[in-house]
Amino acid sequence: MSEPIHSPTDALLQVQDLKTYFFTFDGVARAVDDVSFHLEKGEVLGVVGESGCGKSVTAQTIMRLIPQPPGKIVSGRILFDGRDLVRLSMEQMRGVRGNRIAMIFQEPMTSLNPVYTIGNQISEMFRLHMGLSRRESLNRAVGMLRKVQIPAPEKRVGEFPHQLSGGMRQRAMIAMALSCDPEILIADEPTTALDVTVQAQILDLMLQLQADFNTAIMMITHDLGVIAEIARRVVVMYAGRIVEEAETGPLFEDPKHPYTQGLLRSIPKLGSRGAGERIRLEEIRGMVPGLLNLPQGCRFSPRCPHVMGICREKDPPLKRIGQGRTARCWLYFDEPGKD
Amino acid sequence: MEPLLTVDNLKIHFPIKKGVLSKTVGYVYAVDGVSFSLKRGQTLGIVGESGCGKTTAGLGVLKLVPVTSGTIHYDGRDISGADGRRLRALRREMQIIFQDPYSSLNPRMTVNQIINDPMEIHGVFAGAERKDRIAYLLERVGLSPEQGRRYPHEFSGGQRQRIGIARALALNPSVIIGDEPVSALDVSIQAQIINLLIELQKDFQLSYIIIAHDLAVVEYICDHVAVMYLGRIVERAAHGPIYADPKHPYTRALLSAVPVPDPKAKKDRIILKGDVPSPIHPPSGCRFHPRCPHRMEICDKKEPQLKDLGGGHEVSCFLYD
Repeated sequence: MSEPIHSPTDALLQVQDLKTYFFTFDGVARAVDDVSFHLEKGEVLGVVGESGCGKSVTAQTIMRLIPQPPGKIVSGRILFDGRDLVRLSMEQMRGVRGNRIAMIFQEPMTSLNPVYTIGNQISEMFRLHMGLSRRESLNRAVGMLRKVQIPAPEKRVGEFPHQLSGGMRQRAMIAMALSCDPEILIADEPTTALDVTVQAQILDLMLQLQADFNTAIMMITHDLGVIAEIARRVVVMYAGRIVEEAETGPLFEDPKHPYTQGLLRSIPKLGSRGAGERIRLEEIRGMVPGLLNLPQGCRFSPRCPHVMGICREKDPPLKRIGQGRTARCWLYFDEPGKD
Repeated sequence: MEPLLTVDNLKIHFPIKKGVLSKTVGYVYAVDGVSFSLKRGQTLGIVGESGCGKTTAGLGVLKLVPVTSGTIHYDGRDISGADGRRLRALRREMQIIFQDPYSSLNPRMTVNQIINDPMEIHGVFAGAERKDRIAYLLERVGLSPEQGRRYPHEFSGGQRQRIGIARALALNPSVIIGDEPVSALDVSIQAQIINLLIELQKDFQLSYIIIAHDLAVVEYICDHVAVMYLGRIVERAAHGPIYADPKHPYTRALLSAVPVPDPKAKKDRIILKGDVPSPIHPPSGCRFHPRCPHRMEICDKKEPQLKDLGGGHEVSCFLYD
């Protein structure tokens, strides 16, 4: 794609034609393949997709956390504050990571260091990025724990990760991520490992903090429910590609891409059965393709109920189909096959 | 109709041992007085958050964990004390499907061997008949008989779960316990497995106990639902009333916390304070009282009992006394 479909001038982060491949013994895995999107100041962008769709690799690419080799950013740009993150040295990147773009992960137990106290790990942020003293940093760490509503923060600050519950650990992770007041918070499945009542607490907290700090959040999840709750705009990914982009309301009301349509129809919705008989769930046939042997043409074509001849031959480009809406599907072309 | 399976006051306590003499210093009260029944051809859902004892209760019914006390009746017979030969005969009747299709299939066995195994152990369907049965089962769960010669690692998560289902069906059981049967699968695959389970239930007259944390999946599959919290059932009803009119404050909070894939959905969410307490030292009185928004004076003193509010909708909460 030569020209991005929309390149708003006030975009905080702009990802353009990004390709991150993994060069393995079995072949090249095109984990992120020509992905473009942007993140505006203070917004919550949802990135949704199933395992292997490239959503986490996209996040890791932005943070420059791709293990190299086997991974490699093959092409593309990640524009942030006038700079292309792809071209920064690891030294320069350390000034951005944690400080201006922070990330939280799915499993707070494995992403916190088990041999350091919570306070030690949070105050490290203040020492490294702001050059504060040990004592001042620890005071600030207590303040952050209070902000994420951890009870008795003065006591918790001296505890180790294993002494906290799953929900508490995720709160501590969020405290750490937000401690340098970053402009962007990338959250990769932050509530997937948590119980629903704790998930509700964490989502609630994230939205509160987002309003207080005006942090832009990139929320990566497989859960369409979580997306509907917190995202303003949504990017849907499938097999390394963005297949649809829309504002949250229109996406759920009128999904355009057959994959999005299938996903929304296949999940049982709470409270929708009533007392009556169940209606058979619609299925998406087949399975998610492996990245090493992607189907020819549109990557969704083997599973698509609307598949046409052209779909198996040529991959459609993203097409603008309305205000802030795009879809990667030949159904929306007047002459399918001609882009 | 007589229930096929009745569980009465089931308790499963795990001893905590310490020191060189392995002295018992306490107990994990994983399941602490749970009763439910399953009617023939129906599906009972057991829901709750991690650590509530739902999986342990399921394993207890199959006697895959030692049961501390309580009685289990199957088809009119008391099977609480069954062991050895009787227990083996029972396991023909009751099978289980596990959550993780990656760790629950032996990687060194072909799919044919995996499905053959239970029939071999129980000595049923010999020779050509058994071969035909394996092929039939594979087809029935949506795989081809040719795929039987392959090994588990050659299959995707959804296909592996199909293999697990074929294995569970091999002995022609009456009851299948599904422990989080779809939660490890991708969203687009979940519907396939849910539909398969429902089809098989009709065709083989199966009764299911589905253990899950996903309330929407349970609502879709189950006829009756039991909500567990810290080793106890707090509410029990048919699927309709429990979702339309939840009574227990915990059930209400749980249902309100589920993110609904509809941005326009009404959100009057009840956010609970704190975490689930440890089952080693469960709170006194009602186990939910430290987190309950409707807590009263009596709640930390007396333990509420399940009470029928009419039409089989039972709840254990002093608000309804």
